[in-house]
Amino acid sequence: MELTSLGLYSQAIIVFAALVLFTSFVMLAQPRIQPLIYTFAWQGLLLAVVTALVALVSNHPHLYISAALTLVLKVGLIPWLLYRLSIRLNMNYETESITHPSMLLLGGAGLVVFSYFIAVPIVHLSGLATRNTIAVSIAVELLGMLIMIARKTAMAQVIGFMSMENGLFFAAVVSTYGMPLIVELGVAFDVMVASIVFGVFFFHLRDSFDSLDVSHLNGLSETDEAMPLPEAAEVEQP
Amino acid sequence: MNSLAMSSLSIAWALAAAQTLIFIAAAPLLAGWVKRLKCHLQNRAAPTVWQPYRDLAKLMRKDMVLAENASWLFRATPYIVFGATGLAAAAVPLIVVHLPTAAIADLIVLVGFFALARFFTALAALDIGTAFGGMGASREMTVAALAEPAMLMVVFTLSMTAGTTNLSTATETVLQAGVVLRPSFLFALFALAMVAVAECGRIPVDNPATHLELTMLHEAMILEYGGRHLALIEWASQIKLMIYAVLIVDFFFPWGIARDFDAVSLAVGVGAVTAKVMLLAMLLAAWESVLAKMRLFRAPQFLGFAFLLALLGMLTSIVLETGS
Repeated sequence: MELTSLGLYSQAIIVFAALVLFTSFVMLAQPRIQPLIYTFAWQGLLLAVVTALVALVSNHPHLYISAALTLVLKVGLIPWLLYRLSIRLNMNYETESITHPSMLLLGGAGLVVFSYFIAVPIVHLSGLATRNTIAVSIAVELLGMLIMIARKTAMAQVIGFMSMENGLFFAAVVSTYGMPLIVELGVAFDVMVASIVFGVFFFHLRDSFDSLDVSHLNGLSETDEAMPLPEAAEVEQP
Repeated sequence: MNSLAMSSLSIAWALAAAQTLIFIAAAPLLAGWVKRLKCHLQNRAAPTVWQPYRDLAKLMRKDMVLAENASWLFRATPYIVFGATGLAAAAVPLIVVHLPTAAIADLIVLVGFFALARFFTALAALDIGTAFGGMGASREMTVAALAEPAMLMVVFTLSMTAGTTNLSTATETVLQAGVVLRPSFLFALFALAMVAVAECGRIPVDNPATHLELTMLHEAMILEYGGRHLALIEWASQIKLMIYAVLIVDFFFPWGIARDFDAVSLAVGVGAVTAKVMLLAMLLAAWESVLAKMRLFRAPQFLGFAFLLALLGMLTSIVLETGS
């Protein structure tokens, strides 16, 4: 659909959708923890704006509730929980070395092309004004997955996971004007619980390895004597 | 061809010549304005906006000192640089669109002009054989090699929407479309601004005000120049800054530019472009006062980000703005 044939609000939806995609790219290459959490919060905010605009354009008032839920959970609660965790784990100024950030970003651009390719049949089927943004929502999902694959610290991986959930929610909003409210509430609750569980996981990870680098999990403790895991475990669990 | 068409054509050519001359003459004014704003922002005593003209006049009057081993290349480079930049300025619509000069060169040729000027500056820097010249040339080419793809990507993004790489026609297309919120233009705007900052040697990539050995890029190349040669090169770099400012204005905020040749719309065009470029210069001054110059090795990241933005602009223009 030509952009010029849409109303100004629909154009705004598309602009904000593009900005959501942009925040995903920023997260992909952001090596510091604190800005990463802020970017995640920004993505949530943009998502809430998109949802509210879709509600306005399509006259689906229940989407306002979804937007409010997104605002509370993904802009307020989850970033706050992650932020507090990063301070308690003393890692808010830590930087993670990303190998080949430019390659990572180009790979992300490749994922956008791929998601455009797979979204073309869906776009042909759909008659909604927001149908062009389906490809972007799939791209946000895939980029979240790429964050989980490419990044080494647990915090970045958790944010990648949450960003994938953002992508799913985004896809639901733009392709079918939102899931049933009960499903959305359930997913939101799931994500909130997940963020708490991840917090516990962070503490265990740090207690065991003194860092949040999940590549330590690949080492077998029997083969590597330098690993402090067996002694620590024995002392803690008599 | 009847006499009326002849006269309108000659008016168009006269306007094109006048516009180019205004462009070249106003470039030091823009540099002076930016410098003045920066001084105010940084609590320093500010020179008048006419100071760049005085500097240029002083340099023009001074004798030149040429190195003994300087070849013809070294002596010809200032003229080549000034000529290429002046030609590039002729192709950019400043006050009015649809001038005959706009048909000569499109955006890709514009990038080519800049590349030509840069190539000769780098050669001249190597020609003298000083350590700083070589260092500056290598740094400048590194930055240029990264900035040029980003710039071209911006050009392609814009031409995807406008359907042409011709500046004048593209400006006209944007004008006719009215207010359309295009994500690709948003990304292209930021990418072009970042490329402009890098290409014009402004903070954070390069600091135009310093001659500190280890940090300078552009200044290291022209260290051996003096007198008239230096004046031409400095003037050319001021024109380049102005070209980038006018490019941004033309593409993203073209409202007010004259579309026909009568006196009122021309006056509106002059007023509009002056106001817009002045505003843009304020943003540049604020940006330069807030940021610190980054390490040279972070410049690739900066330009890589610009490239990513331009690429995203391209992708969003395909994914979001067209379609079945």
